[in-house]
Amino acid sequence: MTRLFALILALLALALPVSAQQGPLRIEITEGVIEPMPFAAPSFVPVNADAKEIGEDIASVVAADLVSTGLFRQIQTASFISGITSFTSPVEFADWKAINAQALITGQISTNGNQLVIQFRVYDVFAGQELGNGLQFAGTTEGWRRMAHKVADAVYTRITGESGYFDSRIVFVSERGNKGDRSKALAIMDYDGANVQMLTDDSNLVLAPRFSPSGDRVLYTSYETGFPRIYLLDVGSASRRVLEEQPGSISFAPRFGPDGNTVVYSLATNGNTDLYRMDTTGTGRVRLTSSPAIDTAPSFSPDGSQIVFESDRSGSQQLYIMPATGGQAQRISFGAGRYGTPVWSPRGDLVAFTKLNKGRFHIGVMRTDGSEERLLTASFLDEGPTWSPNGRVIMFTRETQGSSGQASLYSVDITGRNLQRIRTPYGASDPAWSPLQ
Amino acid sequence: MKYITKVALIAGALFLAACEQNSRFDNPLGGRGAGDDFASSGLASADNPTTPEYFRQFVGDSVFFPVNEYTLNAESRSLLGQQAEWLIDNPNFDAIVQGHADERGTREYNLALGDRRANSARDYLLSLGVSAARIKTVSYGKERPAQLCSDESCYSVNRRAVTVLVAGQ
Repeated sequence: MTRLFALILALLALALPVSAQQGPLRIEITEGVIEPMPFAAPSFVPVNADAKEIGEDIASVVAADLVSTGLFRQIQTASFISGITSFTSPVEFADWKAINAQALITGQISTNGNQLVIQFRVYDVFAGQELGNGLQFAGTTEGWRRMAHKVADAVYTRITGESGYFDSRIVFVSERGNKGDRSKALAIMDYDGANVQMLTDDSNLVLAPRFSPSGDRVLYTSYETGFPRIYLLDVGSASRRVLEEQPGSISFAPRFGPDGNTVVYSLATNGNTDLYRMDTTGTGRVRLTSSPAIDTAPSFSPDGSQIVFESDRSGSQQLYIMPATGGQAQRISFGAGRYGTPVWSPRGDLVAFTKLNKGRFHIGVMRTDGSEERLLTASFLDEGPTWSPNGRVIMFTRETQGSSGQASLYSVDITGRNLQRIRTPYGASDPAWSPLQ
Repeated sequence: MKYITKVALIAGALFLAACEQNSRFDNPLGGRGAGDDFASSGLASADNPTTPEYFRQFVGDSVFFPVNEYTLNAESRSLLGQQAEWLIDNPNFDAIVQGHADERGTREYNLALGDRRANSARDYLLSLGVSAARIKTVSYGKERPAQLCSDESCYSVNRRAVTVLVAGQ
């Protein structure tokens, strides 16, 4: 029991910075600075010669995933006392203890043509025992990155007790040109910025794509007709169809309901923007709000019973929650400044939002009753949060100031730590995170 | 103060337009004002009061709004009055009023705000007798700023409704 490798992420309702501590090994929630857990991930052992390179690549993606969380620190290969040359031989725990590797990830890879099999194990070095049982994933060599992300998700889950988010994708708007004449196209990529693929060309302005709950479809707004309209796109085939084309009105800000068949969105008619819902077939339109104010940016609760949205009915942009069928809305934001783009967390306990206050933009989170507001970022322009599938990380758009200003994607922990830029080939905005695949 | 800025901007825009046309037509327009005689300038079409070029340059296609607002001030109503007159005189053109916002807002809110601004301008044109069937609206939110800098001098001209002429139905 002395060195029990029991890393418990005691996610009390509101997660705070975590730190690994000595003594019984666990991740404690404190206000303090995190001490990331050191781990070693030697290259995965190749069973056949062809598998050598891919084994190195996979181990490095697994390590990069873990390091990117800010919860782990990788011990460099140069400091290893012994390597892992056989997946099946007993681990020399003393050699890994000596370099203070608290976790050790070992694996082996075999390839056969384009078939790829990964086996791996996670060890609690100081306890001298395996954490859980070994796992095996089989797939194709082209899909090696995805398999690496699956390994990392499994390791993350074993160590933190939470589901991971590495085997997930981001749909976003790829941007080129200066901001007066910017061309925009829908694109999709792995959560870490790898494997970027275009889903549309950039001949029409496109905005704010949103994944379906199963990640197979995307709702977005396009100016294809010259007017903003909501479209539904199938990710696999990239085929698309218009969902809402009420003449004389514009529609935007669509988002799926948790059933995957319901869409909630804004429709503006004669200068008044209200919320509506309809089916993904484009039928069954129901009006949800009818205030003369701007009501937009709706987002369902994970159970589908409520909708959080923004409205300026009080005179300034604020956040409200109403039943998913419409009706009495309850204001939840009361701090200084304006609030927009609320997004319900996958766990259901928090709402992420954009806040504008004193000329600065912030990404923040609050509880669904509006309490415990915390701002995670501050810049000239941060907006449009999207949740990682496990509710631990938020990705958003940050745009720089000035006539040459460019947008790019950033992620931040809900602790406010670990701010990172996601590298993309061009400018990027409006990210939406897929579910875990 | 705001008025002076705007006059300077309009003057600047006219000067640029003049430069561009000089290079193409080699026919200097020189300084100009509302009272200048355009008949002798020989420019392609801006001197012809039935053209979109004339509408853009000498009627004026844009009205401007304060932060988060969409009501028209006296200056905007006066300019829209001239637009309405022009549209009534030139029934072979319809118009799309584009609403825009500055970059200091969220994307969705700015789309809704641009829609409000476009409809403010449209409603006023309709109140002056322009047929509703001739005027459409669209919002670009903050997607198409007219000026690119990140301070109020640009924001004040980006919060606008622009009347864009299209061939009539």
